[in-house]
Amino acid sequence: MSTPTIETIAEPTVQQRRVPRQRGRGRVGQERTNVPATVLLILAAVTVVVPLYVTVMMSLKTDAQAVDGNAFSLPLPIDFSTFARAWQLTDFPRAFGVSVFVSAVTVAGTIILSALASYAIVRNWDRRLFRWSFFYLLAAMFLPFPVVALAQIKMTGLVGLDNPVGVAFLHIMFQMSFSILLFTAFLRSIPEELEESARIDGATTTQVFWRLIFPLLAPMSATVGIFAFLASWNDFMMPSLITADPALQTLPVVQSLFQDQFTANYNVAFASYLMAMAPAILVYLFTQRWVLSGVTQGAIK
Amino acid sequence: MASTAPAPSVARPVPKAGATAARQGTKTRRRRRRVDPVFYAFLLPALALFTVAITVPAITGIFYSFTNSIGFGEFEFIGFLNYVVLFSDPAVLSSYGFTMGFALVTVVLVNLIAFFLALGLTSRIRFRNTLRAAFVIPMVISGIIIAYVFQYLFSNSLPALGQSIGNPLLSQSILANADLAWLGIVIVTTWQAVPSALLIYIAGLLSIPGEVYEAGQIDGATGWQRLRSITLPLVAGYVVINMIIGFKNFINSYDIIVGLTNGGPGTATRSVAMTIFTGFTGGDYAYQMANAAIFFLIAIAIAVLQLRVTRGKAAIR
Repeated sequence: MSTPTIETIAEPTVQQRRVPRQRGRGRVGQERTNVPATVLLILAAVTVVVPLYVTVMMSLKTDAQAVDGNAFSLPLPIDFSTFARAWQLTDFPRAFGVSVFVSAVTVAGTIILSALASYAIVRNWDRRLFRWSFFYLLAAMFLPFPVVALAQIKMTGLVGLDNPVGVAFLHIMFQMSFSILLFTAFLRSIPEELEESARIDGATTTQVFWRLIFPLLAPMSATVGIFAFLASWNDFMMPSLITADPALQTLPVVQSLFQDQFTANYNVAFASYLMAMAPAILVYLFTQRWVLSGVTQGAIK
Repeated sequence: MASTAPAPSVARPVPKAGATAARQGTKTRRRRRRVDPVFYAFLLPALALFTVAITVPAITGIFYSFTNSIGFGEFEFIGFLNYVVLFSDPAVLSSYGFTMGFALVTVVLVNLIAFFLALGLTSRIRFRNTLRAAFVIPMVISGIIIAYVFQYLFSNSLPALGQSIGNPLLSQSILANADLAWLGIVIVTTWQAVPSALLIYIAGLLSIPGEVYEAGQIDGATGWQRLRSITLPLVAGYVVINMIIGFKNFINSYDIIVGLTNGGPGTATRSVAMTIFTGFTGGDYAYQMANAAIFFLIAIAIAVLQLRVTRGKAAIR
């Protein structure tokens, strides 16, 4: 995957050294389509598609075909019953429900807690307490989960949070640093004059936040929310460690079922994987804009 | 990095406001004004919950690392004994060796691939948006599930391929080979980690103004010179950020390893995170707490070191 792309760059370089002017101008002017780069990128994209292709193909095979070890063959005949069997084996509606619950609480909690804190921090940056709070809350970005995991597992067990509520709570906490970083960067770009006019009209701070600032934050909230959703929906480590009752596990954790008892039924396993990953892919396809901008804003601001 | 970067850009507005005479009043008023108590109420939930969920466990963890607790019941203080034992425990040392080596290889690989993909995706190509969207997909898939998919490929499809071309090394699952299993983990981790690095590089490349290249053009810069003398210095800050984010994530690896090898064969691919978690089932709770404390110090040291080494080159505001 890496080699073809390196050549994309290296190849035109050699040619340009010989005739720098003419070749170069055409490229900077960027009127022409770079066909070799397009082809190589499409080839590179295949590496992304292959595992997904395999997942779909495997999930549609019959038991007999699934054991032959050829992951790339087309399913003949197509067998949709795998999905029904995976649905039953994993008790899909229940696991799906738990996953939706954890993700929804995480998204809502992350947005509201982070937006409120960010607003307070940005508007009181001249105050030491708020400035230090910012760095304090951001510190978790450098704190690996395993470091606090053991103590957290013990604590959640003690206070009766060894369940999806506890998982969502911890997801919010670990998502907050990144979200506050995004929100504060965005809030700094909102001119304070905008608020002052609202205040002259007699609005309180609470009203200014909910009526003016929070709506203005909407695009950033979308980004923050999607990242919170993806992190929460896809997480395996935290629910597997925190949730004590196997009946309350999220979708990714439930998939480990196929590692133990049903290893021969690859087709059913892949059908189950597909059902678990599909929601995240669908959400991504509909919200690409915010996903793509969110990564970069988090890194640059 | 991230925590220090925003500071200057925020400190700025205050002196700026004081620059003009008209704003002078605003400035003094702002300095002396009382903070609306509501702001404390806005900040408090985040601060309080964060302290309960993260700071308190971190402190209790450090506390227990000086004891012989097994996670419940009575315990005694044993000073630094846990730490002393850690440094001569082959299981712990090998987990650090594996984790650091794996993280290093992966972070280099991810950045190389992401950088060149970004160069390609910002050049004049066809289907640009479709390709960009496609390359991001791995980021949105659960690590454990994609690890299960790859595990099937590594242990069934690849050996089948190896047998058909008669390569003895590939005829067996690389995940069952103690010397090669880490490669499988590098591949899957890279597959999943490239998108976020890629997006950051794309943003970096797009932020370079076209005039810079035109100026280089007039001076007769070749393609290679443009890449080395214009592109690379201008995206150096993005490289730093990607390296830090990447390394921080990779030393934390858990999901993908669990799905691929579960630390095996033997303990060949057991990461630090997995070793720490054995403290919960293995009965050496306090001991693994000490391990976690060391791990935290290393995480901080890496962040500080990377900042030091690359300071000055990082051109990001």
